[in-house]
Amino acid sequence: MSETATPPVLELASVTKTYQVKQGMFGKPKPLHALSGVSLRLNRKDVLGLVGESGCGKSTLAKILLGLEMPTDGRVLVDGREIAPGERRLLARRIQPVFQDPYSSLNPRKSIEDIIALPLLVHGIGDGAAREQAVTRMLDLVGLPARVRRGYPSQLSGGQRQRVAIARALIMKPEIVICDEPTSALDVSVQSQILNLLGDLREELGLTYLFISHNLAVVEHLATRVAVMYLGQIVEEAPARDLFAGPRHPYTTALLESVLTPDPSLSVPDTHLGAAYPNPISPPPGCRFHPRCGKVRDICRTTPPPRVEGPEGHVDCHLYSAAPTH
Amino acid sequence: MTDPILSVRRLTIDIPLAQGTMHAVRGIDFDLKRGETLCIVGESGSGKSLTSLAVMGLLSGKLRRSADRLEFAGIDLMRQKPRTMRSLRGDRMAMIFQEPMTSLNPAYTIGDQLAEAYLLHRRASRVEALARAVELLGKVGITAAESRLSQYPHQLSGGLRQRVMIAMALMCEPELIIADEPTTALDVTIQAQILRLLADLQREMNMAMILVTHDLGIVARIADKVAVMYAGEVVEQGTAREIFDNPRHPYTRGLLRCIPVPGKTKPGEHLGSIPGIVPSLVGVVEGCAFRGRCDVAAPSCADPIPEQKEGAEHAWRCIHGQAEEGAPA
Repeated sequence: MSETATPPVLELASVTKTYQVKQGMFGKPKPLHALSGVSLRLNRKDVLGLVGESGCGKSTLAKILLGLEMPTDGRVLVDGREIAPGERRLLARRIQPVFQDPYSSLNPRKSIEDIIALPLLVHGIGDGAAREQAVTRMLDLVGLPARVRRGYPSQLSGGQRQRVAIARALIMKPEIVICDEPTSALDVSVQSQILNLLGDLREELGLTYLFISHNLAVVEHLATRVAVMYLGQIVEEAPARDLFAGPRHPYTTALLESVLTPDPSLSVPDTHLGAAYPNPISPPPGCRFHPRCGKVRDICRTTPPPRVEGPEGHVDCHLYSAAPTH
Repeated sequence: MTDPILSVRRLTIDIPLAQGTMHAVRGIDFDLKRGETLCIVGESGSGKSLTSLAVMGLLSGKLRRSADRLEFAGIDLMRQKPRTMRSLRGDRMAMIFQEPMTSLNPAYTIGDQLAEAYLLHRRASRVEALARAVELLGKVGITAAESRLSQYPHQLSGGLRQRVMIAMALMCEPELIIADEPTTALDVTIQAQILRLLADLQREMNMAMILVTHDLGIVARIADKVAVMYAGEVVEQGTAREIFDNPRHPYTRGLLRCIPVPGKTKPGEHLGSIPGIVPSLVGVVEGCAFRGRCDVAAPSCADPIPEQKEGAEHAWRCIHGQAEEGAPA
C-alpha cells in the first residue's frame, strides 16, 4: 500500500486532557493531566489493543473518542477530518462502545428489544417496523435466541448480557467499536465465546476495534497493533506480533513479564517494579517511568525521553535514542 | 507424610429458597497439609467461595452446612460453638477477601484494624500490637510503615489496601490462610507482586493456604494442588502438574482450551468454548451436572458417577478417563 493511501479512520493528534482536582475540602484545585499529548492512529480493520495500569488514562482516551469528553487541547480526526465540538452525533454514529460490566451497563427496566433499539430511536433512524427488523437481525448476529427480545437483563446470564451490549453497539452500523475491558467481568468459558464473537464480527462487518484491556493474553490474541500507556502518555506502539516478540520499552517488558501464563513449571514472576504507581497530579520529572525502571540512567531523571520512531511504531525511551547528533 | 491440617469429607451446603433447596456445594472432599497451597478453581456459582466460607464458619445463618468430617488441626469444626470459632478465626485461621475497599472499615485507622485481632487473641498491650503491626506492614512490603498506622483505608491505593489485608490476616501467624480472589481487583503488575508476596510469606511461615480463583494462570503458578469445581462438586483434583499437563475431566479440558496462551494459541484463531450454561442446582441433581454441556456425554452420565483415580492424588468424577487413554485393562 502506498503512503498516500486512505487516512486513518480515527486519529488523535497531540490530545491533552486536563482535569482540575481539589485535594481536601479547602485545597486549591490542581491540574491532573489525564492525557498529555497523545497521538494515536486507528487504521481500518485494525484491532488496536490499549494496555496500561489503572489510572494511566485509558478510559479518558475512550471517552474522548466517544465524544463523551472534549479534549483540553489537540484534535480528533475521523477519516482525516477534524471533529468539531458540535458534531458529537456524527461521532456517535460511527463509533460505538461496549463496556466492561454488562450488569450495570444495561437498563434493568427496559426490555432487551428496547435496549438494543435505543440508539436507532435516539438518532431517529427508521420507523417502528424497520427498528424491529434491525433488532431481529442483531439478535441473530450476536447469537442470541429470538425469545430473549421481550425479556429483561435480569433474566440473562453475564455472557448473554454482553451479547446484548454488543448488539446495541452494532445496530448503528458503526465502523469503530470501542471495547473497554469487554470480558473482564465474565467467566473464562464465557470470555472465550465473546472474544470469538468479536473476532467473527470484525471479519463479517469489517469493523475496527479499539480494545482496552489489562489482560495481555487476550490483547495478544485479538490485537493487530498495541499501544502501551503510562501516566497519560503512549510510551510504545507497535504491531502486536513485534511488541509481544520483542518489547522495547522497559515498562512494556515489565507488563509482559507479569502475565501469568498457565504453566505449572513456572512460579510467580518478579517484575522488579516498585509498588508505587506515581500520583498523576505530580508526575515525576524526566521520564515518567524512571522511578520504577530497572534500566534508569541519569538522563532519565531530568529529561523527558525522545520519541524514537521505528518502521512500524515508536518507543519513547532514552535507551533507544542514538548517540547525540550534531 | 504428616497429617493434614485441614481435612474435609462430604462437605455439603444447602440453601433453602422459595422454589426449593439449592444444593450449592454437593459433597466435596479435600485435604491440605502444612506448607501446601490448594487452589480451588471454578466459575461463578460453582460453590468455591461458599466452600471457603464454610471452612471458616462464616456462612450466613439460613445456609445449611453438613459434612462427614471438617477437621482443622485435629479440631472438629462441625461441633464447635460460635465462641470457639471466633477464637480460632483471626488467630489460627484467617481469611483474605477479594475487595480490600469493602472489607476494611473506612472509619478506623489501618493501625486500629491491624491491632484488633492481636489484642483480641494475644492479650497483648496496644503498644505491642502496634509494634507487631509495623513489623507485618514491613513484611508485606509497605514502606514508612509507622506513618501508615494513622492513615485511613481511603488514603491507600488498591494494591496497598490488599497488602494491609494480607498483613491483617497474618498478624497472629495463622496455620491456615484462605484467600478468596485476592488479586482480582488489581492491576496485572500489582497482582504479580501480591501473589509473590503471598507465596513467599506462606513458605516462610509454613502455612497451609487455600486460594480461591477463576484465573488458571494464577493457579498454574502458585498451586501445589488444584481442585476444579463445577456446579457444587469437585470434578477433578490433583497436583498442579497433573491438572495442567494431563487433565482428565472434560470440564477441566474445556476450561484450559478457553484461555488464550501466548505462544500456544494462534492469534485471531477461535478459542475453545464450552457451550450452554450451568444447570440449576435447585431440587434433585442427578448424575454428572456437566453432561448437558459435555461433548463426550453418554446415557450413563445420568447415573451416579464413580470417582476415578490415577496415582495417589489425581482423581476425577467422569465415566471417561482410563479406558480411552489406552491404559491396560
